[in-house]
Amino acid sequence: MTDHDDTRPHMPLGLALRGYTGVIQHLSTKDTGSALSDIELESRLIELGFVEGARVEVLHEGLVGRDPIAVRVDSITIAVRRREAMAIIVA
Amino acid sequence: MEAPLLHLALVGTPNSGKTSLFNALTGSRQKVANYPGVTVERKEGFFVTPLGRQVSVVDLPGTYSLRGRSPDEEITRDFVLGKASGEIVPDLVLCVADSTNLRLTIRLLLELKRTGRPMILVLNMFDIASRRGITVDVERLAKELGVPVVTSIAVRKGGTADLLALTDEISAKLASEPQENSWRALSVSELRATQREADRIIADCVSLPARPDTWTARIDAVVLHPVGGLIVLALILFVMFQAVFAWAQPAMDLLKSGFDALGELVKATLPDGLLQSFLQDGVISGVGSVIVFLPQIILIFLFILLLEDFGYMARAAFLMDRIMGGAGLHGRAFIPLLSSFACAIPGIMATRVIDNKRDRLTTILIAPLMTCSARIPVYTLIISAFIPAKDVWGFINLQGLVMFGLYTTGIVSALAVSFVIKFFMIRDYAPAPFMLELPDYKMPRLKSIAIGIYTRAKMFLQRAGTTIFSMMVLIWFLASFPQPPAGSTEPAIDFSLAAMIGKALEPLLAPVGFNWQIAVALIPGMAAREVAVAALGTVYAIEGGKEAAEQIGQVLATKWSLATALSMLAWYIFAPQCASTLAVIRRETGSWGWMAVTFTYMLVLAYAASLVTYNVAVALGAG
Ligand SMILES: Nc1nc2c(ncn2[C@@H]2O[C@H](COP(=O)(O)OP(=O)(O)O)[C@@H](O)[C@H]2O)c(=O)[nH]1
Ligand SMILES: [Mg+2]
Repeated sequence: MTDHDDTRPHMPLGLALRGYTGVIQHLSTKDTGSALSDIELESRLIELGFVEGARVEVLHEGLVGRDPIAVRVDSITIAVRRREAMAIIVA
Repeated sequence: MEAPLLHLALVGTPNSGKTSLFNALTGSRQKVANYPGVTVERKEGFFVTPLGRQVSVVDLPGTYSLRGRSPDEEITRDFVLGKASGEIVPDLVLCVADSTNLRLTIRLLLELKRTGRPMILVLNMFDIASRRGITVDVERLAKELGVPVVTSIAVRKGGTADLLALTDEISAKLASEPQENSWRALSVSELRATQREADRIIADCVSLPARPDTWTARIDAVVLHPVGGLIVLALILFVMFQAVFAWAQPAMDLLKSGFDALGELVKATLPDGLLQSFLQDGVISGVGSVIVFLPQIILIFLFILLLEDFGYMARAAFLMDRIMGGAGLHGRAFIPLLSSFACAIPGIMATRVIDNKRDRLTTILIAPLMTCSARIPVYTLIISAFIPAKDVWGFINLQGLVMFGLYTTGIVSALAVSFVIKFFMIRDYAPAPFMLELPDYKMPRLKSIAIGIYTRAKMFLQRAGTTIFSMMVLIWFLASFPQPPAGSTEPAIDFSLAAMIGKALEPLLAPVGFNWQIAVALIPGMAAREVAVAALGTVYAIEGGKEAAEQIGQVLATKWSLATALSMLAWYIFAPQCASTLAVIRRETGSWGWMAVTFTYMLVLAYAASLVTYNVAVALGAG
């Protein structure tokens, strides 16, 4: 499988549907609408393993508005709201 | 010369097995009870190493970094840095890692190293890692990290032997001069850099077959299904309440006949009079009528601890996040609220995991509306006296169904109150982020469940022995004095202080259908809800003679109308009948104001609910 090459379009993880797999390209915490400050949000995402190069897969979605999502990040599973996941740019 | 006490601290990410390790090391030599949901209390335990060194160990709240984003994480940071007031700086920090998931812990460890504290990396859950084919080059890892590394299996007998040996070895050569602390909060780029460094070290020392836990994936396919998951959650809660009501019965009957026999024994041995009345009506039937509920309390804690240990609680938070979000609650509030079904006190303390102040406050305010186990005695008594024990649709017990309805009403009201708070009191509300690790499922461990239940049962019995006992003595006194004049024909209690107090309150409570006996029982019920049952027992026993005490349920059925009984149930859903809960609210919010708000709003709701229930029931002919 060569689906993680540079030709894949970049998109926020917050828009990904169940079953999506990709690799984190970078974090962009501007204008996500999260209650956290940009720096705080970025720090927390990093602390939970959302760093450049990590493989992600959207495993589950909630009932209301497909939110929150359960994301496999390398070897662990993290639940996040889509609003915060908008800061994670994947391809 | 005796070596001084060695101080250890357990630090690690949530679910890495800190509490299990703590239990394995210290057994039952622990100083503070652990509450379900999260490690909210400072728990200290003691043990002796193989070489005879006395050790104290503290189980700290889980954290991903030392930044201290929540009150819980601040405890951990301050403790490790030696800044916590009245605490000793730990001599040795045990950084506990889940071996199947090293990335986040190794990053945390690199941050911890900057504090200069001596440290050991404990690769816990090594059994699971081996089973999954993960291999770790322990020596190389220790060299790269510059920290001793040891493997451990917290839940297996002897699984901490290597850790104990290493502790002995290290403690023998611990430097006594203070080390340099160069820790400060990491910037975003430093965080990234440490994570890269951690990932590089892991790549060098750990081989990870790409084989995730298939069991977890399979269970989650059902349990986290958008619709199926909610059905499973509802089923779990439903089974839990049916179980608490039905399964506990035989054990409760046994306890009850035990206390009855004891009462009879006292009656037969002692001459009639005050002492006999005090022991039989005040002490034995009073305290006994509360202790009878021990089986139900054990069962509800059993369920909560099992779900917690299994790893389901985080899933429940995931499922409920948006649904609770609609009512202005954070998904993380689910765990504290679920704990509140056992008791609001651990529930309110567990809100410390919610890092946003407002979310936390809302959760604290509504936690007492969750049906705590102290309401069970009251509900059980009234339900079994007034609701027929028949089956509906062939398999559901009607009494269990009513119980379920009471719980549901509590939950729905809590959501409604939270909704109101969101709209009227806290306007500039921005939802705090929900970010939570969903740990792999684990088989619950008999030992940790047993320790958990044991500490709760002990707390309950201690309460029965102290608060409840003293309240019962007070009630008995109020109901027995002054004694009736010689030759009077009315029941003795009519002359007592209790009757005077009750009758003074009666006009206030008459609109909701409460008689003066209930008014008397409600007052000591402020100390602890379950006392109301015992108080009613005492009041009616002194009023109606010995037979009444043994059959309080049947007495109520003849003395109360169905409307009064239903009104009493409605009252108990809402009433702020618990002094300890109010005290904890004051402590956790740091404000008398919020305590007063809680008390007032619950009292208003209780009165309104009872008023409506009573009048509707009377109008329908149940008066
Ligand atoms: N198989 C296995 N399970 C463990 C081990 N240590 C802890 N657990 C389980 O992992 C779960 C979380 O442990 P806990 O001690 O509550 O983690 P804490 O959040 O760090 O306190 C529980 O279900 C434990 O039974 C271990 O060494 N091996
Ligand atoms: Mg713990």
